[in-house]
Amino acid sequence: MENYVIEMLNITKEFPGIIANDNITLRLKKGEIHALLGENGAGKSTLMSVLFGMYQPEKGEIRKNGQLVRIDNPNDANDLGIGMVHQHFQLVEIFTILENIILGVEPNKYGFIEKKEARKKVIDLSEKYGLRVDPDAYIEDITVGMQQRVEILKMLYRENEILIFDEPTAVLTPQEIKELLQIMRGFANEGKSILFITHKLNEIMEVADRCTVLRKGKYIGTVDVKDTTKEELSKMMVGRDISFHVTKEDSSPKDVILSVKNLTVPSKTHKNNAVKNVTFNIRAGEIVCLAGIDGNGQTELVNAITGLDKSSSGSVYLKGEDITRAPIRSRSMAGMSHIPEDRHKHGLVLDYRLEENLVLQRYWQVEFQNKGFIRFKEVREYAENLIDRFDIRSGQGPITMARSMSGGNQQKAIIAREIDKEHELLVAVQPTRGLDVGAIEYVHKQLVESRDSGKAVFLVSLELDEVINVPDRILVIYEGEIVGELDPKKTSPEELGLYMSGAKRDMIKEINDAG
Amino acid sequence: MQDKNGLYKKRNLDFKSITKSAGFTSLSSALMAIFLGLVFGFFVMLFASPPNALAGLQYIIFGGFNRIGNVFYFATPILMTGLSVGFAFKMGLFNIGASGQYTMGLFFALFAGFMWDLPPGLHWIVSILAGMLGGMLWGIIPGLFKAFLNVNEVITSIMFNYIGMYLVDMMVQGSSIMYTADKTRTKYLPQSAQIPSLGIPNSNVNLGIIFAILIGIFLYIILEKTIFGYELKATGYNKHAAEYAGMKGKTNIILTMLIAGGLSGLGGAFFMLSPSGIAGSSMTYEPINIIAANGFTGIAVALLGNSHPIGTIFSAIFISHIQRGGTLASLVGYKPEIIDLVIAVIIYFSAFAMIMNTTLARIIESRLEAKANGSDDTVDNMVEDKKDSADDMKGAE
Repeated sequence: MENYVIEMLNITKEFPGIIANDNITLRLKKGEIHALLGENGAGKSTLMSVLFGMYQPEKGEIRKNGQLVRIDNPNDANDLGIGMVHQHFQLVEIFTILENIILGVEPNKYGFIEKKEARKKVIDLSEKYGLRVDPDAYIEDITVGMQQRVEILKMLYRENEILIFDEPTAVLTPQEIKELLQIMRGFANEGKSILFITHKLNEIMEVADRCTVLRKGKYIGTVDVKDTTKEELSKMMVGRDISFHVTKEDSSPKDVILSVKNLTVPSKTHKNNAVKNVTFNIRAGEIVCLAGIDGNGQTELVNAITGLDKSSSGSVYLKGEDITRAPIRSRSMAGMSHIPEDRHKHGLVLDYRLEENLVLQRYWQVEFQNKGFIRFKEVREYAENLIDRFDIRSGQGPITMARSMSGGNQQKAIIAREIDKEHELLVAVQPTRGLDVGAIEYVHKQLVESRDSGKAVFLVSLELDEVINVPDRILVIYEGEIVGELDPKKTSPEELGLYMSGAKRDMIKEINDAG
Repeated sequence: MQDKNGLYKKRNLDFKSITKSAGFTSLSSALMAIFLGLVFGFFVMLFASPPNALAGLQYIIFGGFNRIGNVFYFATPILMTGLSVGFAFKMGLFNIGASGQYTMGLFFALFAGFMWDLPPGLHWIVSILAGMLGGMLWGIIPGLFKAFLNVNEVITSIMFNYIGMYLVDMMVQGSSIMYTADKTRTKYLPQSAQIPSLGIPNSNVNLGIIFAILIGIFLYIILEKTIFGYELKATGYNKHAAEYAGMKGKTNIILTMLIAGGLSGLGGAFFMLSPSGIAGSSMTYEPINIIAANGFTGIAVALLGNSHPIGTIFSAIFISHIQRGGTLASLVGYKPEIIDLVIAVIIYFSAFAMIMNTTLARIIESRLEAKANGSDDTVDNMVEDKKDSADDMKGAE
């Protein structure tokens, strides 16, 4: 018999009328990184919540080192040495890093907090594992990557031996992901056991020892990572073959659709400009990808193009028409579609029904209104048509609340809305963020189809795979400037990385002339 | 697709769709909050004076039925301020300035009633419209501040409550046509400026309540059926998405505050332009430097009605009902303030009740489903379907 540190045996967790986990068994060995793989909503988070004591399973048992244990709440889990980094961080924004780490286990003397020792312990831990943090910085002031390090330190501070990471890389930049994976490897080498929830296959291949796959609440299997391939894993996860390669013909660019000239956009967070004197063109029938590390001005550039932010100088032309100062509605009517970076903040009204969200850009058009009254029958028909064509899955069809839909289907809804709307230019900002492989494949197909039907596509991406596979042309942005234009067929991830990190740059003037 | 449609239809019939519907949840949680509020009030009365507690509770619950005319009369202004608060709230604005708008409406209505000489059939209508205008004026100013200078509407409208109240009291006292100093109140309004009575004896109830209910229904149509309502609610739910979709945020803020102000102003007019139960007299206003309570009660009414115009109609009538009952409780020695306490507790519990209610609905639901699953042949089909929605729900986390 092998030595398992945690065994979850035949776990069944039902929500009223719904089986979220159906007889799932998961065994975690000491010192391994065990990946838990599944599509959005396959039951991974539910299973981990059971382990962490947030849900009680209807059936099944949990054993630690062979002993049956009962975990009624997160405190029990903590006592057993189980720690968790949640997908959405559980931090108090207005507290310092140190205060957050000791929260709940404050060392005290007669009721007064003793921070000195705690500080020393935190600093020791952060040095030991290379988790750079400033204990006195406030959470609201630090980056997402650092917030995650705080979450990890919280687990270490509590001397947890079993660490659960719930989709930890979803919010990180490629560099930060690399660092995190190394840190996780370090923990495992030290004898800590790690459960790594993810739907990113590359990360599993890179770091995990074994992998358990769930699909629609059911247990599919557990495999040794070294004996498997990405293709095999994705087939287990989705239940069908997935193509990682984006198949597309060579592009045949036509007229210039979007033209950006010497555009400068001020930053909201610092005094310098976020976008500096940027010039480029996008033609009909091509996908141009803006690549770069997060926070190099992509958001500001897109916002200036789509009208969410104002630029301070330079101009934006859509089909030759100056739209630099145009309101959002006019840009939309002039043929701009926009798949926004943050689908919950901008893309959807979560408390509206799916059908209401599907007409968000068109509700005022004659098809959907009559003298100011919404034509509900037409809205419903239109929504059903889009749901059918774009395969948007939801509990109750058009009347489903957007909030209750899975992330992938929310994104499909936005894509359906933006692609079906009459447009010449499609601005897609990180359209595959947080999606599983099946949905990513779908989104890429839609982008290519859009291009093939003669639209100009402006893709903004942080994912190297996407940057290399999808577009016809790559523009690299670094610190608000376009530092290189690359041909995806001729470049390599390494070369791209050099441009993205600012180590290499072409003469800007040259690019501007070419563009 | 055909198949999917069948599924939606089936879902519409099952219990879940009823308990999950927003209307059911807000109605049952309001009822639960009311129940808890009354229980709490009963205990307070029990504490204050044990032998009379039961009688006091009876007055609070049933007393209003003996004063049905006045229940509707006093429901009118709080219905209007409730609609005003609820309407602005749909847009994400907290119109705490309903009091000021109400007071301005009241003054404009009085002014038109006393100062203008118009034919009988027209005079009261013009006075009502004047009241609406007064409220609009006091509503649009915080709206303009919010839209153009991004000044929080709560701050401006609280300031405008005071400005409006002192201004009105000053102007009323300064006018010998409106004010009779020895009685420290306004004179009786000319007959032509009074809204026609509904003729229920011993009450002030007038056509105002009919108008108010019609306005509530009208607002419901605006909110649910028109593109203006669509934009308004979208902005309230998620102003970033509204901006992204190219909606005119500033115009909508100003328009919403204009309408909300108008509604409160109408409340003031309906209350003021009323004949009194005693022939030959009318309602009067006493300028005693107090901010109108009807504005704040409107906030409670809107909260209890979940900001839904139709819900607000019922919650205004209910609150007016127990307020009338509460005044009767003084017959057995309780101060009428007891009713403010009960209302406060109801509002306090309505937030909790929403949570308790969902839990309760879930328990009932799972029981029913356990039963249904035992006998249903299409169980597999349903489970499959539900599981999808479970996946969907989790994905959203």
